[in-house]
Amino acid sequence: MEFPILSLMLAVPLAGAIACLFLGAQSARMVALVATLVDLVLGILLWVNYDIGGAQWQFTERAEIFAGFSYALGIDGIALMLIMLSVFLMPICILASWEAISKRVGEYMSAFLLMEVLMIGVFAAQDLFLFYIFFEAGLIPMYLIIGVWGGDNRIYASYKFFLYTLLGSVLMLIAMMWMVNEAGTTDIPTLLNYDFDPSAQTWLWLAFFASFAVKMPMWPVHTWLPDAHVQAPTAGSVILAGVLLKLGGYGFIRFSLPMFPEASAQFAWLVFVLSMVAVIYTSLVALVQNDMKKLIAYSSVAHMAIVTVGIFAFNVQGIEGAMMVMLGHGLVSGALFLCVGVIYDRLHTREIARYGGLSINMPKYALFFLLFTMASIGLPGTSNFVGEFLALAGIYKVSTLVTLVCTTGIILGAAYMLYLYRRVAFGEQLNEDAARMPDLNAREWAILAPIAAAVLWMGVYPESFLAPMRQDIAALEARVARAAPDFDADNVVGTPREHNANYVEGAHGEAHGIEGAQ
Amino acid sequence: MHPILLIVFLPLLAALVAGLTNKAAPSVFAKAITTGALFVSAALSWPIFLGFVAGTYEPTVVPVLKWVQSGSLAFDWALRVDTLTAIMLVVINTVSALVHLYSWGYMDEDPDQPRFFAYLSLFTFAMLMLVTADNLVQMFFGWEGVGLASYLLIGFWFRKPSASAAAIKAFVVNRVGDLGFMLGIFGTYLVFDTVSITEILAAAPGMSGATIGFLGYNVYTMDVLCVLLFIGAMGKSAQLGLHTWLPDAMEGPTPVSALIHAATMVTAGVFMVCRLSPMFETAPVALGLVTFIGAATCIFAATVGTTQWDIKRVIAYSTCSQLGYMFFAAGVGAYGAAMFHLFTHAFFKALLFLGAGSVIHAMHHEQDMRYYGELRKHIPLTFWAMMAGTLAITGVGIYHLGAGFAGFWSKDAILEVAYGRGTELGNFAFWMGTFAALLTSFYSWRLMFLTFWGKPRWIESEHIQHSVHKTPEEAGEDTTGGYHPHESPLTMLIPLGVLSIGAVLAGQVFAPTFLDDAAFWGSSIFYNEPLIHAMHNVPYLVKYAALIVMVIGLVVAWYAYIKDTSIPAKTAEQLGPIYRFLYNKWYFDELYHYLFVVPAFWLGRQFWKIGDVGTIDRFGPNGIAWVVEKGSVGARKFQTGYLYSYALVMLLGLVAAITWVLF
Repeated sequence: MEFPILSLMLAVPLAGAIACLFLGAQSARMVALVATLVDLVLGILLWVNYDIGGAQWQFTERAEIFAGFSYALGIDGIALMLIMLSVFLMPICILASWEAISKRVGEYMSAFLLMEVLMIGVFAAQDLFLFYIFFEAGLIPMYLIIGVWGGDNRIYASYKFFLYTLLGSVLMLIAMMWMVNEAGTTDIPTLLNYDFDPSAQTWLWLAFFASFAVKMPMWPVHTWLPDAHVQAPTAGSVILAGVLLKLGGYGFIRFSLPMFPEASAQFAWLVFVLSMVAVIYTSLVALVQNDMKKLIAYSSVAHMAIVTVGIFAFNVQGIEGAMMVMLGHGLVSGALFLCVGVIYDRLHTREIARYGGLSINMPKYALFFLLFTMASIGLPGTSNFVGEFLALAGIYKVSTLVTLVCTTGIILGAAYMLYLYRRVAFGEQLNEDAARMPDLNAREWAILAPIAAAVLWMGVYPESFLAPMRQDIAALEARVARAAPDFDADNVVGTPREHNANYVEGAHGEAHGIEGAQ
Repeated sequence: MHPILLIVFLPLLAALVAGLTNKAAPSVFAKAITTGALFVSAALSWPIFLGFVAGTYEPTVVPVLKWVQSGSLAFDWALRVDTLTAIMLVVINTVSALVHLYSWGYMDEDPDQPRFFAYLSLFTFAMLMLVTADNLVQMFFGWEGVGLASYLLIGFWFRKPSASAAAIKAFVVNRVGDLGFMLGIFGTYLVFDTVSITEILAAAPGMSGATIGFLGYNVYTMDVLCVLLFIGAMGKSAQLGLHTWLPDAMEGPTPVSALIHAATMVTAGVFMVCRLSPMFETAPVALGLVTFIGAATCIFAATVGTTQWDIKRVIAYSTCSQLGYMFFAAGVGAYGAAMFHLFTHAFFKALLFLGAGSVIHAMHHEQDMRYYGELRKHIPLTFWAMMAGTLAITGVGIYHLGAGFAGFWSKDAILEVAYGRGTELGNFAFWMGTFAALLTSFYSWRLMFLTFWGKPRWIESEHIQHSVHKTPEEAGEDTTGGYHPHESPLTMLIPLGVLSIGAVLAGQVFAPTFLDDAAFWGSSIFYNEPLIHAMHNVPYLVKYAALIVMVIGLVVAWYAYIKDTSIPAKTAEQLGPIYRFLYNKWYFDELYHYLFVVPAFWLGRQFWKIGDVGTIDRFGPNGIAWVVEKGSVGARKFQTGYLYSYALVMLLGLVAAITWVLF
């Protein structure tokens, strides 16, 4: 049996979480940092040792618990990338909370480490119920982080979060039980190739959709997100935007599409319509926000809509693009929340109008903020471009209309992000206290620089990230090909028109100049 | 190592070093390293270009790094060098190197010089990536990269609200064009199953006559693809409808206007159409649109240019108008002529902008021509440089002598080819182009006369008043206010001199190559031999049309701004509504403000307050909470209200449910 590296990645933060409960503030911080860094190292080992083009499921572990329900772990390339995202962001979150959290530090660190356990677990789980436990339990530490260490209106925000997720979870659980009864196994790899009856697929798909759409979040079940972000502490927002929002997209890719291909095709247009509304609607709402975190939260909804259309394009570009948007958005929105956190720590307000002219007194901060702003609006060379470009290229094959509407997101995105950047970093220094804020300190450098490097790496050489997922997404495409929707942009090669556009009757009548094209 | 790698990546390296050291090193470090890099790039570019002129250089593609592979959609970082690229290399690197040098003098007092030079070099790198692109996506990378650099440089003086507003406007309006560009790339990939330019161009003729679905309509494939791509070109090249950002972009420092908003970035759209010319040749409707938009822009911008007072805005509208010429040249199939005008225009328009910068420098940052006058006696070198630029842009030259300034060769060729094309649209473009040439002559000479002739009107300017600490009343009869304009330093005069040589000679020297040498172009553009024959065989009246209207424009300008200076005000009064229409730039800004900006903010607020808060939250979570609250009054005692107890119940329920299912 090979070395149980996935279990170790779960055990390290779990041990840290327990230890933190009994430690003082400073030692809890240290323990949390060390535990997350160890997990990061383990994650890198995982990535390095992942055999690209090898078996679909690698690093598998299995221990029967009772009656088919087993502790089964294993990852493919898709899960690997999302685990990497989680372990990469975690130490950054701990560092971001270093000074900002001063009450109940041990419990706070413990909650974060517990969340890391559950996030890795959710991506690594190979048993349906194990997945469900990780999936739902992951929200408990998040409730606590918002509810205990959040802003003034934290109770409302956490309850809203709770209410939204409750209904979807129950429906998904019922659907899972039905599936296990029907297929006779809880093993996810087996279920992935099990063909459910198309009429049953319809309601199963809807039950899963109820849960994933809320997590995503898709319009109109997105309103928990702005409140949760606004009330959460900085690191909570980073994890919420960086990883928890990816659970919905991961669910669609892991469950909805391969397990219910016919139903996915049937409901593709529902997803498209909701996503199109989301792009326009939430982008416009983001334009009029006065609260930085709310603005970024709304922009997340718009970006996630690109993910959903990409996934339901049913082709390689769409799904790879969706994965890249998830990874890129995980980094960039996390970084943007960290940027908000940096100035929130200094001035204790998220109101955009209280800042201004920060390029003058915080030039290094302004540079990082600019990079992440540009990445957020999908500038080529940054992570988000690769994803958005592929996802939209994928959806173009299915519907030009959906592509047109979703691509307007690049205009609106530029408008609200640059408008934000202008009000924060440009202009005169209108507020004296904002003008006195010092530039980034060493700890803040250590938080932002690695994300900046990752954003550029993913933009310039995305092959590192695409390669592990290639085989899995190709398999997924093959799996769903039978249900793939029709093209609306069907190209029909006809008889060539007689002359080229600028044919001139002249001395050299035969010289069409087509040779020029050769 | 291929020299193209140095040409492209040296500016990037210099930008990174200069930008990251920023104020940690003395500003001369950043200035020297960026300027040095650009001069090396320029020096390496000319042999490549001359190699193509001499026919000794072979087109090549230098691979750099894998970029993206996703199914059949694959594209890499690679640098393509062919005739078209070589032309752009010399234009970009020469003008950029000179603008770097010029900025030593122009930006001398600015505290943020390292940042400025880093942005300039970053821009140059992005522009080079654009013109060396071997696939559409790398072209888009360069496209957006220059957009970023343009945003940063327009907003360089970010404390000024007008500068940061102009920066956003430039970026967002360009993004509207980018929407078309992106859809064009997606469609091209769908049709040809590749984004490699070489492969697309090879396959394009076979796709002529194909039809495709688009937004529910069935249309000619090549037409829809080319129209989409052209929308991208319209944004970057400030064509009618998407032009509104360019005049506002003058908020940036003047060297930026010369480099980005005259010589290089704004010509990217023309470059794109020429690069894809074999593709556009299969799309008659798209080419018709290119011709129409080009001709319309050229006349529109020229009319606005006649009424502006800000020296930089006049030149900005002039740029917009000249870009229109390039587009309609491409539209009628004369891609060589379009590129030729791009080439000559880069020299004389950069010269005019840098000359205007020298005037502004001499006049203590005053940009309003109403407060200039008599400057030829005070800054003679700048005056002669501006004169060379004006003679070039107005197209002074005589056909039978075979002699003329740069603009004469390229602009005449464009007018002749439009006429020689022989279609209605070609004639339309010819007449619009000829009338615009008249206006060009008028506004260019108006600029010269207001600035360099007449009596000094300097004391009216607030900038000058600040400088000499006098009000106009205190100054009395002495309308100079005792101010002494100084000629610019050598770092600024040398670029003016070099560009003057270009403005005088670039046309004369390179006309035979660009217009008549099919071998020079090779396969880099679609070269239409019969059309060139038709161009050479137009009547003499057509060949002299540009010169005639140039003289008319000159005489009118002379009469109105030197002979009888009361004419402009009287004419403006008589033509009241028309004058105001032109002066306010055809009210495009106001139209767009009420059509797009205001509704976007209004809708955003409605969606937020009425949609999210008023509907979704009200009937969603808050509604459920209300129902639960009312319904659970009786059951209250059983509930702790603590979150973790709910979570615990959930988990217990889960375990119970699993047990129930499995046993």
